[in-house]
Amino acid sequence: MTHPKEQELIAYHDSRERQSPDWRDLSVHLNDCAECRAALEKIEAVFAAMDSLPVPDPGENYGQRVWAAISPRLPEKQPRWWANLFAPRRLVAVGALAAIIVAAYVAGRWSKPLPPFESADTAKVRERVLVVAVGNHLNKSEMFLVELSHAQPNSASGKLVNISTEQRRAEDLLEENRLYRQTALQEGDQAMASTLDELERVLLDVANSPEQVTQARFDAMQKKLESRGILFKVRVVQQGLRDRSNPAKQPAQQPQQKNPKTPASPRPNISQTKSKEGNRA
Amino acid sequence: MSQMNASVDSALVPDAVAVERTLAGDRDAYRILVERHSRNVYRLAYRMAGNSHDAEEIVQEAFLRAYQKLKQFAGQANFGTWVYRIAANYAIDRLRQRKVEDARREPPSRESEEGAEIDPLAQIKDSAPSPERLAGSSQLALRMQQALKELTPAERTAIVMRHWDGCGIEEIATVLKSSTTAAKNTVFRAVQKLRTALEPFAEGRQSAKAMGME
Repeated sequence: MTHPKEQELIAYHDSRERQSPDWRDLSVHLNDCAECRAALEKIEAVFAAMDSLPVPDPGENYGQRVWAAISPRLPEKQPRWWANLFAPRRLVAVGALAAIIVAAYVAGRWSKPLPPFESADTAKVRERVLVVAVGNHLNKSEMFLVELSHAQPNSASGKLVNISTEQRRAEDLLEENRLYRQTALQEGDQAMASTLDELERVLLDVANSPEQVTQARFDAMQKKLESRGILFKVRVVQQGLRDRSNPAKQPAQQPQQKNPKTPASPRPNISQTKSKEGNRA
Repeated sequence: MSQMNASVDSALVPDAVAVERTLAGDRDAYRILVERHSRNVYRLAYRMAGNSHDAEEIVQEAFLRAYQKLKQFAGQANFGTWVYRIAANYAIDRLRQRKVEDARREPPSRESEEGAEIDPLAQIKDSAPSPERLAGSSQLALRMQQALKELTPAERTAIVMRHWDGCGIEEIATVLKSSTTAAKNTVFRAVQKLRTALEPFAEGRQSAKAMGME
């Protein structure tokens, strides 16, 4: 092998440090050639001298010093337009929204469609509620009327009868009665409205009477109740309501009139209400 | 204590995350990168500049430029390598500028008759102290520093990157904006110049070695 050029020796030194295996021939030559070995030593001396050059330690806090020096000179960076869009908080909100949308979609796909909203059903429900409420009111009114008509006040003095308790009950029933009467009128249930109207007059008489009445006046009130046949009418309407709430059952027999002298109601009775209901349906 | 916690926390943040946060407008995230890579860049800068004052300016300018060009980085490489390259580029520009300024101040007698650039190594050789004066390691260091200063900016950059920082020829070529062959030749030329500049010392050492003094 001929003597290598200096560049080859430099490359050899360079590659030897990097443990390259491509210099076997040159290695053999360097073993045999003192001149080339001396040239290589001169090159190695250069690198050794370079390594001997110290680099002063800038100090432990050098990074902080650099930051302190440059930070006032750094311009404000405009955040990327999508940086805010993908900010963690916004990602959570977007994720939640996406989850809701997906859940709604899946629920819509797998659930059976609801039956169309029918106003007739609503009317039925409303009527049933009304029937129950009015039935309850009529029950209380019936009890009140029965107690009032069968009352036998014991007026020891034989002059005055205290009806304050009946008055308070009449006042309570009066409020409810007005409400149901108006509702019956709005619903077009004339028979119900008529009976409630008659009941209201009775309740008004009691509520507006003095707390203490004479025995004669009390007897007159009882006779008036009987003459109007209000208790019978209330029972008829009650029966009609029971039939409405249980249409599958056979209609019960109408209650017997206690007082045969009392005429039947001239107003449309429950049968008429039922026929109206059939027409509406 | 809180500073210690902050430094521990910042040590856990990867470069890529710090870059993303900086790009998202968090300027303080850039502090993590500066504090992490400053010392490494400083070593390069010092070897290129040869003094602390210039080295610190190179470091600061490198990080400022890196901040301004951060969008171009886009995670294409290690941030440390990237800012190192920016520092090398700035250092070589600075060395070239300094050379030009020095040349303007120098008397024209330094130019040859043809006007070609005079090899600075010839100057070193002429004014070289005797081997006896170079016997001490401190003198050797001074000689080496002087020799490094006499290299062209490209040669100095090439030898610093190749020898001290173990950079590949491709990387050196990128910084020098040249081909890999040209970059390799620049490394060779730098070593030759340094070897020539240190030859009296090497010969002295060899003589001493031959005389059994070493």
